[in-house]
Amino acid sequence: MEQQSTSESSQSPRLPPSQRYLSVSVSDPVKLGNGVQGYISYRVITKTNFPEYQGSEKIVIRRYSDFVWLRDRLFDKYKGIFVPPLPEKSAVEKFRFSAEFIEMRRQALDVFVNRITSHNELQQSEDLRTFLQADEESMERLRHQETGIFKKKPADLMQMFKDVQSKVSDVVLGKEKPLEESNPEYEKLKHYVFELENHLTESQKHAYRLVKRHRELGQSLSGFGKAAKLLGACEGQALGKAFDELGAKSETLSIKLQKEAHQLLMNFEEPVKDYVRAVQSIKATIGERANAFRHQCELAETMKLKEINLDKLMLTRSDRVGEAEQEYKELKAESEEVTRRFETIVRRMNEEIVRFQEQKTQDMRIAFHEFAKGQSRLAKSIADAWRSLLPKLEACSDTS
Amino acid sequence: MMGSENPGFEESHLFASREEMENLVLDDPLTTTTTTNNNSYSSFRSANSSISDAATRHPLSPPVLSTPAESDPLLSPPVFRNPNASDNNSYIEPPSYADVIFSPFDDNSANEINRVDSTSHDLDSSLTLSRSSSSTSDYIKITVSNPKKEQETTNSLVPGGNTYYTYLITTRTNIADFGSSEFSVRRRFRDVVTLSDRLAESYRGYFIPPRPDKNVVESQVMQKQEFVEQRRVALEKYLRRLAEHPVIRQSDELKVFLQVEGRLPLSTSTDVASRMLDGAVKLPKQLFGESTAVVAPHEVVQPAKGGRDLLRLFKELRQSVANDWGGSKPPVVEEDKVFLEKKEWIHDLEQQISNASQQAESLVKAQQDMGETMGELGLAFIKLTKFENEEAMYNSQRVRAADMKCLATAAVKASRFYRELNAQTVKHLDTLHEYLGLMLAVHGAFSDRSSALLTVQTLLSELSTLHARAEKLEAASSKIFGGDKSRIHKIEELKETIRVTEDAKNVAIREYERIKENNKCELERLDKERRVDFLNMLKGFVVNQVGYAEKISDVWAKVAEETSGYAKDSC
Repeated sequence: MEQQSTSESSQSPRLPPSQRYLSVSVSDPVKLGNGVQGYISYRVITKTNFPEYQGSEKIVIRRYSDFVWLRDRLFDKYKGIFVPPLPEKSAVEKFRFSAEFIEMRRQALDVFVNRITSHNELQQSEDLRTFLQADEESMERLRHQETGIFKKKPADLMQMFKDVQSKVSDVVLGKEKPLEESNPEYEKLKHYVFELENHLTESQKHAYRLVKRHRELGQSLSGFGKAAKLLGACEGQALGKAFDELGAKSETLSIKLQKEAHQLLMNFEEPVKDYVRAVQSIKATIGERANAFRHQCELAETMKLKEINLDKLMLTRSDRVGEAEQEYKELKAESEEVTRRFETIVRRMNEEIVRFQEQKTQDMRIAFHEFAKGQSRLAKSIADAWRSLLPKLEACSDTS
Repeated sequence: MMGSENPGFEESHLFASREEMENLVLDDPLTTTTTTNNNSYSSFRSANSSISDAATRHPLSPPVLSTPAESDPLLSPPVFRNPNASDNNSYIEPPSYADVIFSPFDDNSANEINRVDSTSHDLDSSLTLSRSSSSTSDYIKITVSNPKKEQETTNSLVPGGNTYYTYLITTRTNIADFGSSEFSVRRRFRDVVTLSDRLAESYRGYFIPPRPDKNVVESQVMQKQEFVEQRRVALEKYLRRLAEHPVIRQSDELKVFLQVEGRLPLSTSTDVASRMLDGAVKLPKQLFGESTAVVAPHEVVQPAKGGRDLLRLFKELRQSVANDWGGSKPPVVEEDKVFLEKKEWIHDLEQQISNASQQAESLVKAQQDMGETMGELGLAFIKLTKFENEEAMYNSQRVRAADMKCLATAAVKASRFYRELNAQTVKHLDTLHEYLGLMLAVHGAFSDRSSALLTVQTLLSELSTLHARAEKLEAASSKIFGGDKSRIHKIEELKETIRVTEDAKNVAIREYERIKENNKCELERLDKERRVDFLNMLKGFVVNQVGYAEKISDVWAKVAEETSGYAKDSC
């Protein structure tokens, strides 16, 4: 399966680009299986007028590992493109299957697929078509075929990251290491990506803690409210009623806080986490680029040697010249191919980074907006709730 | 972090605000030392100093919107007056408590003056109810300060001698009885114990505020400075509470304690061991009739437990056992149903207050945590903003950095508000703690009552025993013609004993009735004051929550507005 170039993909035989649509939704999570074997299946609905697709509407059932398969294939085929990130595979969370977890995952998967379908190159992917259209059995077969070449074990990825990281720090420290691009702008980018991940991870940590704090405040208000009500029952009369009302308000606010905690999780913490994942995806791409570069260099080295050898053979008029020439030709072709691949990665990355920055600015603005809106609304309803008590408290003091 | 070689305009702008934010000292402890509290909202106080004749202002009327003299640079100008508020019109609402709330509970001195003072010009009086029914303006203001280490000058066997701390107790008052309007004495903790013991004797039946604990263990384990400071605070609280009590503030004991320089002229309490020793010495004489076996009337006014009369102690103990386990009803019982119900109710009340107090602590902790985490989030985003700006290669990054800065600034502001809110909440809900302490005083007063009752019961039992014995003797002696000289003598003695015991009984009954009356008055006072105090606590708590919630809402509303468009630039 070959990589498709952009020139071929931007034009479809009959439809102009503005009228083409490919819209996908991920919905209706259903728990299947038992215990450790349990998993969640999602309904993936595709609506499109892309000629490459069979029909204008298709519904399939997919599970998390299917999405992973798609991501891995895209990562492998479209080197240089920042493949949209997937939500984490969490064994623990999965086991508990809380409603919140399921909803978060569904949302993240929906975003994942939609990012792919709105990407000019990725949307042309044949693997995408398979993912969106194949029946469940075929999908399962494909999923199980994943071995070796395509499937990257986490350990491999980690090693890749470490390699890139050490290389980055080496360059920063001024150590010369062979087989590294000496591209100052690219170095800057790499450094930026790694630092960014650190910052974002910290921010995400605090965002998550903030969610927890909302829950804790809610809980404490609930406890306080109950205690106030009991005290009110004991006190009786006007004061007792005041305590009782305070307790009731307290409990109401407790519920509001729990709700806001959920909103905060979905609309703020999750986007920040998504940002972190996106940066990790970039890191993976950086690794791929390093590999491609190294490959290119190695081939160039090998070619040089072969050239020297060929010259030697030609000088000695050896009968192995023909063979060597043939080898050299093949090697040259391979080298050109590898170089082309490398250059494609570079080109793609340059486009992607611009797109990434713009996309993230948009994403974050929405996230910040939701966050601020939520906090403002919450604080306002807190103020309103407490304020409504004041006339009652005034009334109490008048009678006492 | 990369160094700041980039002298861009945005950079320096960012630096300035970062410094401000980092000066926020996000981890300053929420201790209630007045100085730190005052610093954090001094800007509000200056902003509100122009709110005049506040004493007559009703909290629900529209406030005088003062322009903040020097606004804290991190605070946005009063956004609630923003006519462009895109959302609802709640920004321009009537009473914004934000302006009204801050002065009364900042001003610590207002609260220190005991609540009888109704001439305070602070907002305090308009929002809080005055506790006194009278319109007097007498006050006693007590401060405890200046702890000093001193040497014990007794002829102790230990070389170097004992050291102890004394505290300077300064009183300012306009009560005529004191003779002077300001005076100071030095006292040590032992003196306070003496004061407390003497008050307990003289004011049986009253809800006497409990004195600070001796904390023997803590005094050994804690750092000296910390312990002394802790004790100083506790002593001040204790003396101020004494001065607030309508009856005790007039006591000689307190006056003498506050005013007489040099050695405290109150009789000291002896320790249990010496008392027991004294009593043990007397006991054989009592039993063998050499010393009086009858309790003297003047001793009856004190409970048996703290005294030296072991015999009396035993008798009363026997009586109490008879009360609990004996078949017959004791001669006098606590018949006051109203009182018994009240006692049960007090017990329930105490439990509820304790429960509420614990929940209040949880609430305070949750608020504190919220503030901390919000601040940390803000700081993390500030760092991210700086980073993006430094490394920006595309304009979209700068736009994002600006958005982030907007959010981060708001988060830091909100964090400050949460912390201030919490400091106030602590002060208000502290009332619950105070009343828990008062419950101890109530228990003391109730136990005064029951021990007085026990004394009466014991004496009545004794009287009936004595009468029975006298009857028997008389019956026996009448059988002998001409009289039985020794028996008649015995009868005479017995009759004398009976007379003394009768006197003692009458005194004991009067004492018991007096204590009952004290209990009753104090319970009424407790009800009245507690209602006022709790109501003020609730009001203060609620007003506080409203004010800060509004401020926090405004801060975030602004950010929401700034981030609502996609073409908008930095805020």
